[in-house]
Amino acid sequence: MSYRLQVNGEPVEVDAPGMRRLLDVLREELGLTGTKEGCGEGECGACSVLLDGAVVDACLVPICQVDGRAVTTVEGLAREGVLNALQAAFLETGGAQCGICTPGMLMAGEAFIASGAAPEEDAIREAIAGNLCRCTGYTKIIDAIALAAERRRVPG
Amino acid sequence: MKRASTRIAPPSRPAERVAPAAPALAARTAFPLRREGPAKLTGEARYADDLVFAGAWYGATIRSDDPHATLIAIDRDPDFDWSRVLIVTADEIPGENVVSLISDDQPVLVPVGGEIRHHAEPVALLAAADRSTLHAAKRRIQLRTERLPAVFDPLASTQQIAHFAIRRGDAEKGLADAELIVEGEYRVGHQEQLYIENQAMIALPRDDGGITVHGSLQCPYYIHKAMKRALNLTDAQAVVIQSETGGGFGGKEEYPSMIALHAALLARKLGKPVRMIYDRHEDISATTKRHPAIVRHRTGVTRDGELVAQEIEVVMDGGAYATLTPVVLSRGTIHAGGPYRCENVTITGRAMATNTPPNGAFRGFGAPQTEFAAEMQVNRIAEALDVSPLELRRRWAYREGDVTPTGQVLRESVAALEVLEAAAETAGFSRKRTDRRRASTSGGTRASGIGLALAWHGAGFTGAGETHLASVASIELTDVGAIRVLTASTEMGQGTKTIFPQLVAAELGIGIDEVEMAPQDTSLVPDSGPTVASRTAMVVGRILIGAARKLRARVEESSGQPFPRSYRDFAKRNGGIRIDERFEPYPGITFDEERYVGDAYPCYGWAAAVAEVEVDLDTGEVAVESVVSADDVGRVIHPVLAEGQVEGGTLQAVGYATMEEIKLADGRYLNDRLATYLIPTALDAPRITSILVEKPFSGSPHGAKGVGELPMDVAAPAVVAAIHDAVGVWIHELPATPERILAALSGASAPDTPGSEPGTRSGARANRAAPARGVDPRPEAPSDPLPLRAPQDKGGDWERDR
Amino acid sequence: MPNAVEPPVASPSSLQDAYALLAKGGYRPIAGGTDLMVQLTGEIGEPPERVLDISRLDRLRGIERNAGWLVIGALTTYTELRRSPLIAELLPALAEAAATIGAAQIQQRGTLGGNIANASPAGDTLPILLATDARIVVGSGRQERTIPATEFWIGYRTTARADDELVLRVEVPLVSDRRVRFRKIGTRRAQAISKVVMALSWSADGRAGAWRNVRLALGSVAERPIRAWETEAILEGARPDEETAERAVAALAAEIHPIDDVRSTAEYRRAVATRVLHRLIREEGSR
Repeated sequence: MSYRLQVNGEPVEVDAPGMRRLLDVLREELGLTGTKEGCGEGECGACSVLLDGAVVDACLVPICQVDGRAVTTVEGLAREGVLNALQAAFLETGGAQCGICTPGMLMAGEAFIASGAAPEEDAIREAIAGNLCRCTGYTKIIDAIALAAERRRVPG
Repeated sequence: MKRASTRIAPPSRPAERVAPAAPALAARTAFPLRREGPAKLTGEARYADDLVFAGAWYGATIRSDDPHATLIAIDRDPDFDWSRVLIVTADEIPGENVVSLISDDQPVLVPVGGEIRHHAEPVALLAAADRSTLHAAKRRIQLRTERLPAVFDPLASTQQIAHFAIRRGDAEKGLADAELIVEGEYRVGHQEQLYIENQAMIALPRDDGGITVHGSLQCPYYIHKAMKRALNLTDAQAVVIQSETGGGFGGKEEYPSMIALHAALLARKLGKPVRMIYDRHEDISATTKRHPAIVRHRTGVTRDGELVAQEIEVVMDGGAYATLTPVVLSRGTIHAGGPYRCENVTITGRAMATNTPPNGAFRGFGAPQTEFAAEMQVNRIAEALDVSPLELRRRWAYREGDVTPTGQVLRESVAALEVLEAAAETAGFSRKRTDRRRASTSGGTRASGIGLALAWHGAGFTGAGETHLASVASIELTDVGAIRVLTASTEMGQGTKTIFPQLVAAELGIGIDEVEMAPQDTSLVPDSGPTVASRTAMVVGRILIGAARKLRARVEESSGQPFPRSYRDFAKRNGGIRIDERFEPYPGITFDEERYVGDAYPCYGWAAAVAEVEVDLDTGEVAVESVVSADDVGRVIHPVLAEGQVEGGTLQAVGYATMEEIKLADGRYLNDRLATYLIPTALDAPRITSILVEKPFSGSPHGAKGVGELPMDVAAPAVVAAIHDAVGVWIHELPATPERILAALSGASAPDTPGSEPGTRSGARANRAAPARGVDPRPEAPSDPLPLRAPQDKGGDWERDR
Repeated sequence: MPNAVEPPVASPSSLQDAYALLAKGGYRPIAGGTDLMVQLTGEIGEPPERVLDISRLDRLRGIERNAGWLVIGALTTYTELRRSPLIAELLPALAEAAATIGAAQIQQRGTLGGNIANASPAGDTLPILLATDARIVVGSGRQERTIPATEFWIGYRTTARADDELVLRVEVPLVSDRRVRFRKIGTRRAQAISKVVMALSWSADGRAGAWRNVRLALGSVAERPIRAWETEAILEGARPDEETAERAVAALAAEIHPIDDVRSTAEYRRAVATRVLHRLIREEGSR
């Protein structure tokens, strides 16, 4: 089957079985390997992407359900070689260590920031509770999301 | 002295092509940004599974279903088209059928006629051009076996993997003279490293008849050596290249050798690249875990609280093969007394073989197990003496000049009291403990508590380990005037690629961006030893500083100019030079490996943690609200990275303390997926405050002692002490699950809580893990919402609830 | 790595087309995919032969109030339940339950209909449906029919839904003065499957302070989500005091049959179910 979707703002046509995971389409058909697989069953969140702006696990989404929809992956965050505000905040606070949870963590963070919620610690913890990290103790990830959210609320 | 204001290198921008959004961000950062951070943040970083090799096949491992058996035959379904599948068995291994490590006991593949010693042991290898063929083929292979009696309880095992005894003074006499003897038995279970990137290795045949592997790994030269032996390759024919590595924590210390050999065997026969990428289920089922342990203490004290004697017995469950067990046990044994001065100490440690998957390296390496027991013991003694646990530690903690159980005189860099006071003060330990005592009478459904623990951690390899390793690290001034660092030390998130350039740049007086890191490729970099044991900053960092000093001297002698101004011209004039610097033993450090006497480590790191918890009295659920961890790392090289190590290690310890658990049935792990092996989420994680304390080690020019493992040793006993403070019961076995807490609160002797006979406890555990129909009062009713899987049962979709 | 199996899938956009396909047999519906996609790994359970993607059936969406009923479409996600003003007003316990399921990613995808059809004994919303006398409307090319929640989960992972039927919506009767309490004991604070999950509903009899129309439902304590009939009988007409609590938990301990598994123990589940109920009654009594 052929499916049309938008990936990081670009229209894409994918020829794949309808039950192929969005994760596999991204990694293997489109070469977007920034989205990672940690468990393949929706427990770790390493494959988090935005689907029409909502954070989802790409390992649990069949491509047939993405037809006509917009996907954002980690590759879609930086613009012209410049890190976006959340990526920069991660770099600054030390929110990325081994980096394997980072793409998914960034997508969960983006969804949180886009929700406009106040960047309070408990709310951020809830927003990233579907993303497991084994390196950081989450401390600096929470700092990064709070910093980026704060900067977005108070531009400049 | 607390938190460094040390600045070893000037602020810097990342060297990669993606720059921060605004220059202002970098300017706010006083320390260099993570070198490979931008690549990780944009998705450009290439982990093993992200690498594409044209024509690569997919590999898979056929594993045993038995915990102990003789392999009779590997049967292939004759109705299946095997022409599209490559199979490799043990008889095709060109070299020795051994995964080279400490002992040569573990085969690469169990041969027909050979002995299967654990569930999920590799028996044969398959490869196919596509995954569906591979998947189908896997199901058409049957192992014919004859079961042998299996042992799952280390206390029932008669096969000893390793044994150590440490004696100082006369513990027997000390105990006889003591006014109070406190006894305790403590248990810890398996813990999975749970790096979020699963194990992965890709092997490529080389034109010279050798093999190159790319993979997720900590120790390139371990794999290099294993490949040479099992595949009969020369140094040059075996090439190991680290891809970006998504966490290791010890879990990628030894097992990657096995996977590399498997991928290499397939690639060699196929003549094409083979990808061996584990999924999470295979990774948890088959790879190493932290060693379970049983630790018994008898401690003699006087009524006024002097520590007179310690008698400690450590038993570790090694699993089916030795892997790194002897050194894990060694470290566990040396640390078993805790950081306390005692004249009369006897510690015996033994590791026993069982028919379970081999246990291996995991952050802390034996010390978290024995120090959990030591801290439990000290906290219980404080309770028995009615002394504050802080006060007791103040009295007992090592000071400079004290002597350890191996007879090591702690001549310098002893910060036990500093970390203790820093953690206690920052957390408000004494005040909160007193306040809570007063408030504890009020009724309620939740109780809060605060707990304290102290730990030490020997820095670098044990004993003469570093001398045997004789690591080499190099710095090259290339003929185009670039500075390159060449080491086999791997980056897996802890910051190697950032701190090495930082140390070298500081030594050479140049900007950090002027220093390049050579890739971790055994054809390019020397053997600077494994990336383990918190040794990278301390040991390899020291060698690099030595190399940098030599380089600087050579250039400055020749040019008569300061290095920063002259090195590019020097390179142009004289061509490149490379300094290969070898490890020099620390002066005055000697250890007798036969008698276990002397300087077990060149120096120690020190850590204290204070944990606060809230316990639900109805359900036993524990919320770890906060942990303050104070860690003496000698000298802080990069505070953000060092804090990251403390925070991450602390959370792993909190998981160890509260929820990370593996249950076994017939030698098989039942919690073998991420839906059943649980680590803390962001909502479970406490607020972590890390305090970096600096008590430099004179044996290193930069004073650093390592940071990776310290926090792992100390938070778990602090959490359990806090649970006790909240609810008044001691949980003697990790993890302190709600099940154990509630059982202890009910006064009932739950299967795993203290009180039952030592020899039978593991038996009770095994029973509990077995299919539990017999436990149910109405066994005929299939009443289980989530029934246990029987060993062969792959069915049942009970896992989900969404 | 990609799933072992990628069964053929049909994505009808009308209910009639969906029914026609279901009538052919062999189709397993997929909505949010949070359960079904995991089965395609081949690691747990047999993957389905064919898949019916029902995500385009817009008639299965929406939350509305219809006369005396709260009607929730089967495709309603947990996120939608959490954000719905109607749910917040009429059945806040359901939003509370939705918030305990997985985390953001799962809540965005997982659906109430999926929770119902998947029929896990640990399904977190199911005790609420049982405790509120909800009815589940299923449909096929043959007919639509309405099944009381109490008759829907009939055994271990078995429901009253026929293979050719789809779960269409849930209808919850709106009862004035009804209170619903929900409590989940999970293995951790997010991404957790329940060890015990409980919903208790009642109407307060204003004058006497006694409870009427008491419903108590639990998950993870039996092979399916259950009503605790005997415990309800004790609570019915009683006042939420210490003595009632004692009698109720004694009854509850006798009528649930949890066992040991990889997540918890029978002993713990029984103890916690009773303690949680005891606390709920105490809390309500002290209001």
